[in-house]
Amino acid sequence: MFGNYAGFILASYGVTAATILVLILWVLLDGRKQTKILAQLHERGVHRRSERTKAATHS
Amino acid sequence: MTETKQPSFRIRGLANPTRFLALLDKIMIPLVILTVVVIGVGLYMALIDSPEDYQQGATVRIMYIHVPAAWLAMFAYTMMTISALGTLVWKHPLADVSAKAAAPLGAAFTFVCLTTGSFWGKPMWGTWWVWDARLTSMLILLIIYLGLIALWHAIEDPIKAGKAVAILTLVGFIIIPIIKFSVDWWSTLHQPASVFTLEGPKMDNSMLIPLMVMAIGFTLLFTVLHFKAMKNEILRRRIRSMQMQAARQVASGNRAAATQAASPSTGPSASH
Repeated sequence: MFGNYAGFILASYGVTAATILVLILWVLLDGRKQTKILAQLHERGVHRRSERTKAATHS
Repeated sequence: MTETKQPSFRIRGLANPTRFLALLDKIMIPLVILTVVVIGVGLYMALIDSPEDYQQGATVRIMYIHVPAAWLAMFAYTMMTISALGTLVWKHPLADVSAKAAAPLGAAFTFVCLTTGSFWGKPMWGTWWVWDARLTSMLILLIIYLGLIALWHAIEDPIKAGKAVAILTLVGFIIIPIIKFSVDWWSTLHQPASVFTLEGPKMDNSMLIPLMVMAIGFTLLFTVLHFKAMKNEILRRRIRSMQMQAARQVASGNRAAATQAASPSTGPSASH
């Protein structure tokens, strides 16, 4: 399909795809980690000041 | 008067991280779908539909990822420089969040640009690498990105880290015009600009259109990843402040208990 240059072209697209995949995994896994820690803090009763003020206003 | 003030109020409203996160939740899925569609169309045009170059043959297909990666590498740094001004001059609450989230993305696209350039250089120039002005200045940009990322991790307080990184980012911006004009200022192996020139693009539409579609696709991809990384950074900072708050509460509780125990009138022994 790409003649004599197939190796160079496929390697270029391969490296790009791999780098993008690493970036996608990095943001997704980091996001999951932060959400998990935040949920654990809420479970322990630790809330942000603004959340506590809101809760107090509602009660 | 009220109507003219409304848009600026809305933009300022986005400076609030909570509102910004709410907006991200709304736009993220449509943005991801659009990115996948544009990159899919771009890949079809780049790999199948576009013609081979009369001199470079099929290797011209490397251009459709190499050039957008190079543009994004410079775009990300320019955006970080504007964010640095936002941090130092306007003290915008999301400015250093934006810069911190963009740095690894910029570094990754710089790496893609250098690697794909190398894969293109070998069959066309006969070498993987030359220390010419364009390639070397691009390598310096990668080193600057890595330095900024390292500096962020070296300083624990994100506010202090943001300020230090902002100063270094402004200093490092000098590399962007050097990269852009390196092919005009010095005699290099790298070809001069062929898209953004004063005379207009020096490329046929059969190659220019796929290149532009891929560039839009890469920019959308960068935007999606940047927004998601910004959201992660906002959550990380919330967690840090909540953990510090919890630690302060425990410390003040311990101090109160210790004071109570030390005081003879209020201590447990006084009641007996």
